[in-house]
Amino acid sequence: MIEMKKTSQEGKLNIDGTVYRTRLSRKFIKRAPFSPSDPFLLTSIIPGTILDIMVKPGQTVVKGEALMILEAMKMQNVLKSPAGGTVRMIAVKKGDRVGKGSPLLRIG
Amino acid sequence: MALSSKIREFHEKREKLLLGGGEQTVEKQKAMGKRTARERISALLDEGSFTEYDLFVKHVAHDFDMGDKSLPGDGVITGTGTIDGSPVAVFAQDFTVAGGSLGLMHSRKITKIMDHALKMRMPLIGINDSGGARIQEGVNSLAGYGEIFFRNTLSSGVIPQISVILGPCAGGAVYSPALTDFVFVVDNISKMFITGPEVIKTVLGEEISMEDLGGARVHSEISGNAHFFAGSEEECFAQIKKLIGFIPRNNTEKAGVLTSAEPLTAHEIDGIVPDDPTLPYDVRDVIKAVADNSDFFEVMENFAGSIVIGFGRIEGRTAGFVANQPLEMAGVLDVDSSDKAARFIRFCDAFNIPVITFVDIPGYLPGADQEHAGLIRHGAKILYSYSEATVPKITVILRKAYGGGYIAMGSRHLRADFVFAWPAAEIAVMGPEGAANIIFRKEIMSSADPEETRRQKIEEYRKKFANPYVAASRGYIDAVIEPSETRKFIAHSLKVSENKEIQLPPKKHGLPPF
Repeated sequence: MIEMKKTSQEGKLNIDGTVYRTRLSRKFIKRAPFSPSDPFLLTSIIPGTILDIMVKPGQTVVKGEALMILEAMKMQNVLKSPAGGTVRMIAVKKGDRVGKGSPLLRIG
Repeated sequence: MALSSKIREFHEKREKLLLGGGEQTVEKQKAMGKRTARERISALLDEGSFTEYDLFVKHVAHDFDMGDKSLPGDGVITGTGTIDGSPVAVFAQDFTVAGGSLGLMHSRKITKIMDHALKMRMPLIGINDSGGARIQEGVNSLAGYGEIFFRNTLSSGVIPQISVILGPCAGGAVYSPALTDFVFVVDNISKMFITGPEVIKTVLGEEISMEDLGGARVHSEISGNAHFFAGSEEECFAQIKKLIGFIPRNNTEKAGVLTSAEPLTAHEIDGIVPDDPTLPYDVRDVIKAVADNSDFFEVMENFAGSIVIGFGRIEGRTAGFVANQPLEMAGVLDVDSSDKAARFIRFCDAFNIPVITFVDIPGYLPGADQEHAGLIRHGAKILYSYSEATVPKITVILRKAYGGGYIAMGSRHLRADFVFAWPAAEIAVMGPEGAANIIFRKEIMSSADPEETRRQKIEEYRKKFANPYVAASRGYIDAVIEPSETRKFIAHSLKVSENKEIQLPPKKHGLPPF
């Protein structure tokens, strides 16, 4: 029987106020900490390519207004403004490839 | 003389078909570190027991110049044989013939042997090694997969179904193994995924190797799709034979009974579990100290380590063990460990295998990631599986059994037949630290020396509630036993529950939260 590489490490785990000595799994160690979503930040919901950007910094937009087109999974997704306000920052340019969760644009 | 020429012709035809894809493709197969489909069947079954069906089946495709092509056996070998004398039905895809691709007749051979296995109530073992759908056969190929999945579903819970991944198994093809009871994988040989690295790169721009995407280790450690991991095909076949030895042939029978054998490590049982409930130990040592010959055949050894599942025997009879593992993640129930245990309990229940549960659980794993991953619905599966199971259910509380974890782990309240507790068991709503902080909050806060008061109150709670006697006084546990008496009590419980008979309310089927 060949051994799988040890993927856990020694550590401590607090359950209901009691601290246990145990091994912690890789999944647990690598878990992403929760971060609340920012209602003024537009992020990429899927990895893809920015096909077009329809607004410019300083421009006033209303909630739901089309801001850019993200091509992913052979589909052109129209990304709409998460809030009304002024375009403060555009983090990408036409043709950029973006990963999942990448910040794209901020409304102020 | 006419007869002998017919026989000679038959021999020639057969010899040609038995070569599969021919020398060159067989060499390629070997270069990949793989055996041929026929070698695999011989390695798996008792010597000389394989009886092949449908060797002479031919494909029926005409498009794309397929009409002229000869594909021996249409890329799959099917038949029946025995493992340690017990009948099994087998199919093995032959990668040397058109990459083991699945066309209409290939699928018909598989569904025929599946129907046979179900009708004859014997286990089905499928060896997968295929490039996927035979594109030239179009929708016939898709129809073939559908017919296989349908039969996997009908056979589920009637005959044991085993999938062995000994090559690629990609796209729709993965769903046959996924519908079966146990999936075996081999390091560097097995590859399973819905969409391959190429597609992922084109669509998402992410680069990942086949091994990192769907190799044997990934499915054993991360996805939980595989149940047994082996370093070689040889080891894999040994594992399959061992599994077949532990399980019955179908849902109307019980697993074969061997001669009882005392556990080799029985004398160690008193020293395995530390009194301090926060200290780790390997719960497999407890199982081995109780099981015949100390033989414990673990399932999903490398996935969701906070719970341990697997087969062993007590006085010669197969039992399914489920145990919290304090060594890993303090033995919590989380999304993966709940899912792992629940599926195993349902397998045992479907195939008349009693479930023995060893409890040492601090509770459910806290965290936003767990809550968001659906700890509520996944955690519910384990409650459902224990409640629904009508096989004998024996639970031994080794140490702590706190809160929701106590209820979930085969408690009396989910209709366990026998519940025992060791003297160090703590059956309580939570650990003394947490409980004292809540119950005595005011006293601790208003004390001149809060730390000292907290310590006193924790001790007070521990004395009063962190023991097995409160639960015993209500009849929630049947007996407090010494660790060294565990095997005796389990064996007795199994003996008296041999004729257990209970009925669930009539229903079409239940609705477990999956």
